[in-house]
Amino acid sequence: MKRVPKRTSVDMSIELAKLRLESPVLTASGCAAAGKELDQFIDISTIGAVVTKSVMLEPRSGRATPRMAETPSGMLNGIGLQGPGIDDFIEKDLAWLNQKGAKTIVSIAGNNVEEFGKVADKLRDIPGVIGIEVNISCPNVENRGQVFACDPYAAADVINNVRRNVSASMPLFAKLSPDVTDITEIAKSVVKAGADGLSVINTLLGMVIDTDTLLPRLSGKTGGLSGPAIRPVAVRCVYQIRKALPNIPIIGMGGIRSGRDAVEFFAAGANAVSVGTTVFNDPEACVRVHDEVAQILQDKGLRSLAEIINAAHEELI
Amino acid sequence: MPIVHKGTVVDNKKVGSYFVLTATAADMPKEFKPGNFVAVAIGDERSSLILRRAFSIYQVNDRGVYGGTVDIVISPHGPGTDYLANLKRNDAINLVGPLGKPFSLPKDPVPCVLVGGGYGAAPLFTLAEALTARGCRVDFILGASTQEKLFGMLEARRISTTLTVTTDDGTSGQMGRVTDALPEVIKKSNAAVIYACGPMKMLEAVANVANMHGIVSQTSVEESMACGIGVCMTCVLPIIGDDGITRMLRSCVDGPAFKGDKVRWDQVGKIPSDTWGAPDEGVN
Repeated sequence: MKRVPKRTSVDMSIELAKLRLESPVLTASGCAAAGKELDQFIDISTIGAVVTKSVMLEPRSGRATPRMAETPSGMLNGIGLQGPGIDDFIEKDLAWLNQKGAKTIVSIAGNNVEEFGKVADKLRDIPGVIGIEVNISCPNVENRGQVFACDPYAAADVINNVRRNVSASMPLFAKLSPDVTDITEIAKSVVKAGADGLSVINTLLGMVIDTDTLLPRLSGKTGGLSGPAIRPVAVRCVYQIRKALPNIPIIGMGGIRSGRDAVEFFAAGANAVSVGTTVFNDPEACVRVHDEVAQILQDKGLRSLAEIINAAHEELI
Repeated sequence: MPIVHKGTVVDNKKVGSYFVLTATAADMPKEFKPGNFVAVAIGDERSSLILRRAFSIYQVNDRGVYGGTVDIVISPHGPGTDYLANLKRNDAINLVGPLGKPFSLPKDPVPCVLVGGGYGAAPLFTLAEALTARGCRVDFILGASTQEKLFGMLEARRISTTLTVTTDDGTSGQMGRVTDALPEVIKKSNAAVIYACGPMKMLEAVANVANMHGIVSQTSVEESMACGIGVCMTCVLPIIGDDGITRMLRSCVDGPAFKGDKVRWDQVGKIPSDTWGAPDEGVN
């Protein structure tokens, strides 16, 4: 039996950019492929949305192995954006998601500013795509050593270009990196460039060294750190951005393992959450976290999720 | 369909260097086919080790006193496997399975050689039963570095026409590698298919022997996985497709058993330059 959210008297629906979603819990890009594998365990159409693994213009082999190392309460990964390319993705993965009635937010990535625009353009008029998440923050993308998300101008260039290549009504989310001095500066820059919302946060750049070989464990040497270990960093980033931009829609993510963890994000200012690395531990996690949040709200005597969003900001409520 | 099962440990006994852990598994045994594996969580939902560990299913029982159960073989060598080796009867254990593509079975009752390295032999016993049920002759080769790292000798002897044992140090059977013994067993049994599970270097060597004899091999690979269900993309290796194109395939969902002549053994841990989507120079 595929797990589906339990019936609840609590209103768990949310508004996010121009979207209305029945559940506030989404998958996280790179932790759910394109939904098909998870649909063996949960009914993928019953979660808030499927955020797909970042897709690029061309097929991509990704990095050599080892691509992964376990870390305290987390993991380091350097997959290198392995993927089928946008054409094959639309033909197979999106077609499957549509047939299942899933709500899909497509994560896109590019090697340069133009490529982001080309990938976005391919998604014009494709049914079932309810939003685009722009992965400007993947630390694995090698762009002459630059990461778009770490430079407010480069980040804005990408969002600008994507904005020009999609319809005005298509919600665009910029996924931000925490590896910056002031995340609110990047947030303001991408919102000005046309982002409708923000995905906060991507992985933190990290390294694990094998103490037998004395060499980095990952073939790519560095990788993205994820999992519960990074949760306090993520909650802090959501909180700071909410303070700086009181009305911007935020998808919060980073180490969410339980409903209680998700509640931290909502209180910090997230309108929705993505569950990522935890899915590797519990393939049912997106539905379980939804149920746990509903139970916590019910235990608090609340009628809707909306009542706790921004609760940590006394000046906003 | 695989399931998530919050089960309990029924038994956990030391066998040589290994532990054979039996856990309740609900309906997993009904879905099980030889070559499937389970992904086992380390600790509870507060554990700091968040990645599941993958284990070949060694045995299943679908109507024991505890309902369905599965057996896995643990070789303690790190924090996750140490944790599992220390589990006691009635302790909680969380399994996802059955996962992975099963071994392909020959259509005709042809002779098969099964080669296991250390506890890698675990999935070969249910395979041997399935092959025997089809009328295939089964010959076993079990190898390890030393006697106490051999696994499943009694069972292999019971279910096979012949059993050959090799150890690197000569403490049991012939001194040497499984591939030292393999050509003779192929010849005597007139084998048409070789199945192998064990360390990657052993699988490569077995696949090479099979190729030299012009016979089919199926190798069940061991790549480190984060999820076991096909979403994390960490367990990839270069596999030649039926169209001749090499792709980085996931050992969890496209394997773990691959045809031995389709694995780019010398390129495992690299991205060959002719791989689908690879940079022009490949990745070393």
